[in-house]
Amino acid sequence: MALLRITKRQEPSPLWRSALVFTGAVATALVLSMLLLTVRGISPLEGLSVLMTGAFGSSWALQDCLLKAIPLFLCSLGVAIAFRLQIWNIGAEGQFALGAVGATWMALSFGGAPKFVLLPLMILAACIAGGLWAMIPALFRQWLGANEIIVTLMLNYIGILFLDFLVYGVWRDSSGFPMTAAFSENAIVGKIGASSVHWGLAHCAVLGLLCRLFFRYTRLGYEIKAGGDNVQAARYSGMPYSFLVILVMVLSGALAGWAGFLEVSATVHRLQPSIMVGYGFTAIVVAWLARLNPAGIALTSFLLAGLRAGVENLQLDLQIPAAFGSILEGLILLTVLAGGFFLSYRILFKRRV
Amino acid sequence: MRLPCLRFSLSTLTALVASLFLLQPALAADSAKEKELKIGFVYVSPIGDGGWSYAHDLARQELEKMPGISTSYVEAVPEGPDSERVMLQMARKKYDLIFATSFGYMDPMLKVAGQFPDTTFMHCSGFKTATNMGNYFGRVYQARYLTGMVAGSMSKSGVIGYVASFPIPEVIRGVNAFTLGVQSVRPDASVRVVWTKTWYDPVKEKEAAKSLLDVGADVLTQHQDSPAPQEAAQEKGVYSIGYNTDMAKFAPKAHLTAATWNWVPYYEKLIAEVRGGTWTARSDWPGMAEGVVDIAPFGPMVPKEVQDKVLTKKAAIIEGKEKIFVGPIKDQGGTVRIAEGLVAPDTDLLSMNWFVQGVVGSTE
Repeated sequence: MALLRITKRQEPSPLWRSALVFTGAVATALVLSMLLLTVRGISPLEGLSVLMTGAFGSSWALQDCLLKAIPLFLCSLGVAIAFRLQIWNIGAEGQFALGAVGATWMALSFGGAPKFVLLPLMILAACIAGGLWAMIPALFRQWLGANEIIVTLMLNYIGILFLDFLVYGVWRDSSGFPMTAAFSENAIVGKIGASSVHWGLAHCAVLGLLCRLFFRYTRLGYEIKAGGDNVQAARYSGMPYSFLVILVMVLSGALAGWAGFLEVSATVHRLQPSIMVGYGFTAIVVAWLARLNPAGIALTSFLLAGLRAGVENLQLDLQIPAAFGSILEGLILLTVLAGGFFLSYRILFKRRV
Repeated sequence: MRLPCLRFSLSTLTALVASLFLLQPALAADSAKEKELKIGFVYVSPIGDGGWSYAHDLARQELEKMPGISTSYVEAVPEGPDSERVMLQMARKKYDLIFATSFGYMDPMLKVAGQFPDTTFMHCSGFKTATNMGNYFGRVYQARYLTGMVAGSMSKSGVIGYVASFPIPEVIRGVNAFTLGVQSVRPDASVRVVWTKTWYDPVKEKEAAKSLLDVGADVLTQHQDSPAPQEAAQEKGVYSIGYNTDMAKFAPKAHLTAATWNWVPYYEKLIAEVRGGTWTARSDWPGMAEGVVDIAPFGPMVPKEVQDKVLTKKAAIIEGKEKIFVGPIKDQGGTVRIAEGLVAPDTDLLSMNWFVQGVVGSTE
């Protein structure tokens, strides 16, 4: 008779195993979703092909995915930095809003400035606004012992309402609709050549690389990882824990703010409430799916963005309800997180003697 | 702005290549039947909302039955960049006519329309046009006025609650017309407005409705796509007035009537124009006379004399004898905004950003 024995793995799983488990989990989720389609009377193979064509089946689909993945990647890169230190920043959505507000402030105030001055100014303002917004919960946590999950979550709503307040109030366009005037040409991040993808993609590549180098080669990066693994040990060894908490939150907020900058500058060309579509929340999912690894975050952002486009294609061609997309995303999260079990535990089949 | 020619030719090329590889069957079908028309709809809320998107989708289902017409839709599309991607997808798939039915789709549609000159784009509730993009909306304020008459007649407390969505001209105009209707039968009544800043968020909209009930409102109406405020009214045992579609099935005991949409006649007219090649970009604003706007059947609790009074007024509106925004009309501060004897021109109505006297609430 076979006996199932579960033991904890002593060493971290090699890359091939992570990749295998991730692929297996996504495949399982897809198979389950296709079963759902079958229940609706739609051929699962046709469904899968429509989903994939819509997501990755053509050069424009790939460009659309990249566009959608950019803000997701930056927000997720940000929250992942905080998660490394086991600081739970759920506030990327609000930090994104503040970043968009900061960038818009510069664009509206100095619209006539040349591009090479205005764009860095907007980025700086976005990062400062997002970073300071994220610093509030960090300070509350270290000074007052306030739970950062609650504070960051609540600050999301305040941040979004602040954006609304500006757009419905002082920044409202002369048309009477809730949006600012369109940005001047100098405040706009352009497209790469003839593609529909903007230069924000290059920002992502540079920031992602910097993030990786930061954790691999700098002392601070090491301290953040060590502090995340064991707070007590980090403190005993003299690491400035409070400083680290504030630092990761500010970096986290600055990256979300940068995403907010790109959304108003490169995509919408003005500030309006409809830029808030939940990138900050999806970013948390992305960070976990990618196990906080920058390359993984890039891949996962791209996959989730593709999924969204693919589900739209499913709706258009086969008239699947929009809720199917949420189900599919939920299933993938569930299976990948469940798959994490196989990475930390070893399952042995033993024959009883 | 850089290299416009290059970009244009490349995007055309991409579209061409795509149509060759991906859309072979669709193209074949097009050439087989000459007047085949593919129509796409972009909705802001799920079609199951029972409201705005549902009303558009009812029309879409009617169109689908017409010979040579095939339709499809994408629902719950966020306003902004996501909607641009959805419209691009439709245009690339050679949809001939694309309807986008929410205000926030205006700028994205304008961008997409520029890239696909052969596709006809129609945007609902905005104000921008291009050579291949028109906009349209309906004079639902006419129906709002009539439902206001019903609300004013049925209210005991003289406080009527309005669960409003976004402070934009469309919604403000509705609140004003409704209030004028209320005041035509009950001059001392007030209409209290709360903003949810949502089109479809049943939980938030119900909460807002409850806050109005708490301050003594005994008739509620709404602008959002979900029937949640209707349900809140029924739970409290007061009356409600629906919007978008006949919402009686959600709150049969509360529902007095509703300001409703019927897009079929307008959409049929557009389709005929597009097929006949006579379509031109413009702004359309059909109303009760064109059959696009109406009120839902009265609930059994509405007395016969109220019904008759409202129906008489409705007939006058259809004949064009009755206009809603006729001066003198004062704003909340008491300033005369529309002078005595004047009928407010459409341009003023389309940019309306002030409340009439009798509305309690702010337009920000």
